[in-house]
Amino acid sequence: MEFASCDVLVVGGGGAGLRAAIAVAEADPSLRVAVVSKVYPMRSHTVSAEGGAAAVIKPGDSLDAHAYDTISGGDWLPDQDVVEAFVREAPEEMLRLEHWGCPWSREPDGSVAVRAFGGMTVERTWFAADKTGFHMLHTLFQTSLKYEGVQRFDECFATRLLVDDGRCQGLVAIELATGRVLGITARAVILCTGGCGKVFAFTTNAAIKNGDGMALAYRAGAPLKDMEFVQYHPTGLPFTGILITEAARSEGGYLLNKDGYRYLQDYDLGKPQPKPVLRSMELGPRDRLSQAFVKEQEKGRTLKGPYGDYVHLDVRHLGEALIDRKLPFVRELCLKYENIDPVKEMIAVRPVAHYMMGGVSTDIQGATPLPGLYAAGECACVSINGANRLGSNSLPELLVFGARAGRSAAAFAARQKTPGTAVSAQAVDEEHRLHDLLGRRGGKERIATLRSEMQQAMERSAGIYRTQASLEEGAAALGKLSERYQDLALDDRSQTFNTELTAALELGYMLELARAIVASALWRRESRGSHQRTDFPKRDDQGYLSHSLAYRGEDRAPRVEALPVTITRWPPGERVYGR
Amino acid sequence: MPEAVTLVVTRYRPEQESEPTTERFEVPFRKEWVVLDALNYVKDRLDGSLSFRWSCRMGVCGSCGMMVNGEPKLTCGAFLGDFLPGPIRVEPLRFFPVIRDLIVDIGDFLRKLRRVKPWLERAEEKPLGEGEYLQTPDQLDAYKPFSMCINCLLCYSACPIYGLEPSFLGPAAIALAQRYNLDNRDQGSRDRLEILSGKGGIWECTFVGQCTEVCPKHVDPARAIQQYKLTAAMHWLMPWAGGSR
Amino acid sequence: MSRHTAFHPRWYRPRVSVWWWLEKRAYALFVLRETSSVFVALVAGTTLLQVRAVKAGPEAYARFLEWLGTPPVLAVHALAFAFVLFHAVTWFNLAPKAMTLRLGGKKVPDAVIAAANYAGWILASALVAFLMLRD
Repeated sequence: MEFASCDVLVVGGGGAGLRAAIAVAEADPSLRVAVVSKVYPMRSHTVSAEGGAAAVIKPGDSLDAHAYDTISGGDWLPDQDVVEAFVREAPEEMLRLEHWGCPWSREPDGSVAVRAFGGMTVERTWFAADKTGFHMLHTLFQTSLKYEGVQRFDECFATRLLVDDGRCQGLVAIELATGRVLGITARAVILCTGGCGKVFAFTTNAAIKNGDGMALAYRAGAPLKDMEFVQYHPTGLPFTGILITEAARSEGGYLLNKDGYRYLQDYDLGKPQPKPVLRSMELGPRDRLSQAFVKEQEKGRTLKGPYGDYVHLDVRHLGEALIDRKLPFVRELCLKYENIDPVKEMIAVRPVAHYMMGGVSTDIQGATPLPGLYAAGECACVSINGANRLGSNSLPELLVFGARAGRSAAAFAARQKTPGTAVSAQAVDEEHRLHDLLGRRGGKERIATLRSEMQQAMERSAGIYRTQASLEEGAAALGKLSERYQDLALDDRSQTFNTELTAALELGYMLELARAIVASALWRRESRGSHQRTDFPKRDDQGYLSHSLAYRGEDRAPRVEALPVTITRWPPGERVYGR
Repeated sequence: MPEAVTLVVTRYRPEQESEPTTERFEVPFRKEWVVLDALNYVKDRLDGSLSFRWSCRMGVCGSCGMMVNGEPKLTCGAFLGDFLPGPIRVEPLRFFPVIRDLIVDIGDFLRKLRRVKPWLERAEEKPLGEGEYLQTPDQLDAYKPFSMCINCLLCYSACPIYGLEPSFLGPAAIALAQRYNLDNRDQGSRDRLEILSGKGGIWECTFVGQCTEVCPKHVDPARAIQQYKLTAAMHWLMPWAGGSR
Repeated sequence: MSRHTAFHPRWYRPRVSVWWWLEKRAYALFVLRETSSVFVALVAGTTLLQVRAVKAGPEAYARFLEWLGTPPVLAVHALAFAFVLFHAVTWFNLAPKAMTLRLGGKKVPDAVIAAANYAGWILASALVAFLMLRD
């Protein structure tokens, strides 16, 4: 076992992690900051974000408008003080990224261009063609190379947080290339490990989205907030689940059912117009659009395909010139993976799991209830997204809260004593656990089988619409899978880059998070945003204007409590689109 | 359409062997399947110890580069149907040290990337309060293709110079340096001149051109390198010319 | 960077064969293209010999011309001509990569730059031919 130490340890090298690391390096150059990531930073899932990042800079827009759109988009579950801070800091963070070289798309006069996006009243979404996340991540990664004080532990897989004396003091990770177990102590830890979309069967998410940091925090005693809120993106490709960006709709695409009818008009989302109307029809919020698909499916008006039902996304009327200028990646993906050219044909799409509004509970500074542990990005729940995230809010969230968590972790670390020897003993224990796992003989369960059964159970029980019965069935199924998980069989006993061991550890994280999702969904007996219960179809502000907080219980089953939402200037109102 | 297709996959388990071997796997054939799907089928159902990198499966993260029938490809975009009737050879990316099975070490690239200073350099920063640096769509077009690099390193596997000359910076690193050189907001060209025109720099390149051929994102690194040869030569001839560019 | 794993001894480093250029058609064509420089040098050398022969007087020059006409020398020069043509064509096709021209803010297409190079070549060759062949 090998030991290393630093002052601030960032887990995850995506948008939030890299921004946090830079923030620490700039806030206090005397601090040693390390970034631990199970993949090289440029492989992080930030890279696949396409549509854009919202921030108020154009005249005619206002911080209050962005805040209102976000709060109403989140069905009044977002914490309003946090949203106010977010909309205020987003423009500065985005400009800072531009100064770092991000190639934002431009107006003819050279200023940054913005476009419309779902649920926004004003055009405020900055974009870099339709590869915004890619350009943001690479800008952050390349800029981070400037800072000599940032040390990277690439391809190191975190397995456990070290907690002693009531605070988080580091973690244990496997150095994948050698199999060596590393104990890295730190005076503060920031989790930026992303979401856990892979608990579902159909998802836009990459293989690496297994909720590692969420599970590590959960196991260390930190609560997970609002886990029941899972965003289904309305337009993913069937079979692969590859994301077709919302920008296709904000540029003017239509969603059509099997009769060629723009069905969203039947679901209180406005009247169809030839050009896109903000906050209406195809520019409504993602949860409502995904729910409309399910209703169409129940009416038998969706098309049937070899990989499930789908509807059509029609962008033909936008013309080749616009598609090549504003949606080139969409065209490339459709041509390659579906063999269709969106300039001439309609794209088959269906809702797929995409984003976790929930995550490790943090305050406005990015601090979790566990001292020394911070979180930012999709793995955290601050909460600015509430019950449903608006498209183009999550990329600025990475910057704003990555920076906040970095600064507050830096301030905290500077005040702490260096970690003592108690954590070293914990680290050694963890090394033994990992070696035991690797050396275990017998076992008859296969990772792929359990993983697939978990994903199917989640689609069935905790999809777009949920009932008491479906959720209870899901909870029971997940309980059984968790038992069977104890009897896993591994083929790979090597120390060198053992991806079967990491897959087994990831499955363990996902099973815990799946149970937390289901338990939180059972707790919330109302329908709000993306959590829809057919047995409790109305929003209940009396009983549930609160976040759910899921704690890991003694018997490993989740225990859910309430945390009231912070309301400042926008009392709960009716969530209206298209009117 | 056949029912199944054979993969011939490189295996390398350093604890057991000192040289790689190959193993044959029969996988189902589906017309929507890419080589990556076939590899995942092997790992899930046939042999859990097969190790390879992958993540986004949509050609944007750059993790899944491997040699397929001797050509560097992103396995998430290489359809099985294009390689029928098989058998299909899957090997680790060429010209990199092999850690395990299909996984190579890319540390050399990362060290070289850092040396070319791939970030925006300014003599003086504009305060954030003054807004963005102006950049017209045409100015963006000047460097845009070079900014599309996903660091998948297929170009390194296609470049015989990289295979023969260990000091060569390589296509992607030079293309990324040029991406910043051509960005109208950047003022760091002079800083990059020494490393790009020194040992291991652009003058190692003999314009084989295969890097551009295999690039899945149409970055055209060969163009970046030849362009810079002209720039560097002008600089050598007339070192006084051109401000910071 | 992972400090422990740099230059790890258990990694496998395959040797690159000296016959690497035979593995792919593109590589073989590249080597052929580079080889053409030898023949370009050969033609230049012949011209130098011609100049020396002129200096040495009409007899020496006549002997030189006779030597040029012998079958082996003709064969070598035919081969050289083929290689020089190959060199010129590959050069003009690749030239646009080095010359990225922007007119009015937009990039001039590669085909136009290549065409301009070819046009220049043809014009220059026509001029030389006219000068050499007129009588």
